[in-house]
Amino acid sequence: MMNKDLLVQNQTWDLEIKPHSSAFDLHLNDVWKYRDLLGLLVRRDFVSFYKQTILGPLWFFVQPLLTTIMFTFVFGRLAGISTDGLPQPLFYMAGITAWNYFADCLTKTSTVFKDNADIFGKVYFPRLIMPLSIVLSNLVRFGVQFLLFLCVMAYYALHGAAFHPTWAIVLFPVVVILMAAMGLGAGMIISALTTKYRDLAFLITFGIQLLMYATTVIYPLSAANVKYRWLIAANPMTELIETFRYGFLGKGSFSWPALGYSTIVTIVFLMLGTIIFNKVEKSFVDTV
Amino acid sequence: MSTAIKVENLSKAYQLGTIGTGTLSRDLERWIAKVRGKEDPFLTIGEANDRSVKGSSDVVLSLNNISFDIQQGDAVGIIGRNGAGKSTLLKLLSRVTSPTSGSIKVKGRIASLLEVGTGFHPELTGRENIFLNGAILGMRKKEIARKFDQIVDFAGVERYIDTPVKRYSSGMYVRLAFAVAAHLESEILIVDEVLAVGDAEFQKKCIGKMSDVSKGEGRTVLFVSHNMGSIKALCSNVVILQNGSLNFQGDIDTGIQKYVSINAKSPSSIYQYSSLDSNKSFFTYLKVIDSDRKQRSEFRFDEEILLECKFSVLKEHLNAKVSIQVIDKSERIVFTSEVGVSDYTNKENFKPNLDFIINIPSHLLVPNVYRIKFTLHIPNVEYLDLLQDVLEFTVVETGTDFHIYGNTDYGCVFVNCEWNLISTN
Repeated sequence: MMNKDLLVQNQTWDLEIKPHSSAFDLHLNDVWKYRDLLGLLVRRDFVSFYKQTILGPLWFFVQPLLTTIMFTFVFGRLAGISTDGLPQPLFYMAGITAWNYFADCLTKTSTVFKDNADIFGKVYFPRLIMPLSIVLSNLVRFGVQFLLFLCVMAYYALHGAAFHPTWAIVLFPVVVILMAAMGLGAGMIISALTTKYRDLAFLITFGIQLLMYATTVIYPLSAANVKYRWLIAANPMTELIETFRYGFLGKGSFSWPALGYSTIVTIVFLMLGTIIFNKVEKSFVDTV
Repeated sequence: MSTAIKVENLSKAYQLGTIGTGTLSRDLERWIAKVRGKEDPFLTIGEANDRSVKGSSDVVLSLNNISFDIQQGDAVGIIGRNGAGKSTLLKLLSRVTSPTSGSIKVKGRIASLLEVGTGFHPELTGRENIFLNGAILGMRKKEIARKFDQIVDFAGVERYIDTPVKRYSSGMYVRLAFAVAAHLESEILIVDEVLAVGDAEFQKKCIGKMSDVSKGEGRTVLFVSHNMGSIKALCSNVVILQNGSLNFQGDIDTGIQKYVSINAKSPSSIYQYSSLDSNKSFFTYLKVIDSDRKQRSEFRFDEEILLECKFSVLKEHLNAKVSIQVIDKSERIVFTSEVGVSDYTNKENFKPNLDFIINIPSHLLVPNVYRIKFTLHIPNVEYLDLLQDVLEFTVVETGTDFHIYGNTDYGCVFVNCEWNLISTN
């Protein structure tokens, strides 16, 4: 009997299910093990998006195109807001393409627990896979929309419009990563906070629209009233969109400290988001 | 043999009622207690999960401090009534939610099947869903590709493999989903009543596959079902949960006997007439008992069911008959049995109170819920006393030959017909 007990104690366990674990135990190696799932989920989102449509992936173009036309009409023609001397459609499309990626990441991630409650309630896989798949499948979508933006750019270049891409274009991947990370981080914080009390979820749907006006999507930072400029600049998304525009179109306020500021805020959001998300994922099924 | 799963002092608390403004203050209270390093004030008053009794707290312990070990290679059935904590235990084991206290230690990879087809996307084809579902269950892409043909073959949906699963019949859908899960390579397999789906042929295939998994491949299987028959076909051991606590762990036969004797004191297995009216003939005391004369409400199909029946008759009712009718859930009268009062007492030496034990043979009634209609009557003249719904008992599926048919109606009684083979070709 003694021997048997000893044997049991000496056993190594592959898995231990306990009520609490350290907040910093993020199971990132688990996420790596499930990387195939990540790929398949991205594929699922992409494929199921255009199943049974005639235009298929072309639908990805429709939203930014119509939004650009609308913005050009309302903010450009009617309101006459400055676009830093850039052709209006090009200016808006740059802002919309970048902003949409961030906004889609944020809104989709923020409801990830609620949307996937039925899967999460039946089978375990690292929950972090879900928000990651959202960010990646939106990246595909962003890629398609970015191509559209490049086409519009080429069109204006052929017609001799005044814009000059600058060296900052090499920062493009950094900007994309930062936008994704910010959307992911903020989305995870919100999704974790809304599993039990859903109040915040109401805020997010229109909050994201309001936030767009506090970001330099429809106006350049240079056009903002000097008194309020710091407020707009305090929005970490502003620097990213400004950098994006500066890189591709050559107009916009770009500065290293501002980009550094955005980077730090993004990292804080992402870390905080991951930690809170991991804490909540263990028992959210009971309260969602 | 070594331990594959070790459950230690496991508890899980759930909050009843809805979540809203009212729960916020309590959350704050809990949080303050936690910050001050005290025990959660709401857990200490948590009580056993007994649905029928109104409790004083709205925190219930769905699992209350249970501990057990499961050996590697064992096939263990988890049984218990609705609300006993089976699903909660499965959820904890499959890491869908985390325990309130205690721990589970596991050796080897766990695959759990709380539901078939989790994550199936209706728009995707069968092929795409096999990969997606397999990955959700924890398989690598390579692994799925290697088993792909086996899966399609097992499910028998080859012709439809490139059609979106929303066009599948529900049977095909379930077959495909089970096939993916059945081909998981894990050391431990946890299965919730998924076998209650599909046609009998497919159920048989599933049980076959599961017993291959446990007996042939030496993997550990945990199996939850209400169907004692399929548990008996698969498992050598059982764990019985009752109101969130561990009631029994051990071999299957003792376990099943134990299971049917829980809840013996069901109100519907006893009837007592309180007032003593001496001006009529009536039943005074009726009870469902087992062969040890103990009150019971559930029986194995292979044991006798006894009814204790006391009544008193007036002298002028000596020509009365007392009868029982056993009626099943779908209101079919299974049989009637009766005796005449005059056979047991007579005018000269009249005894008004009679006390019978009626013996319903074993291997007769098929698993079902039965109620008994007691009548005291003078044939074709009048009813002296008639009790429709006072006694009820259940015959539990404990391994009849027909267990794979689940809840399908295959009759009321078992009849051992003689089958004589005349010729074969």
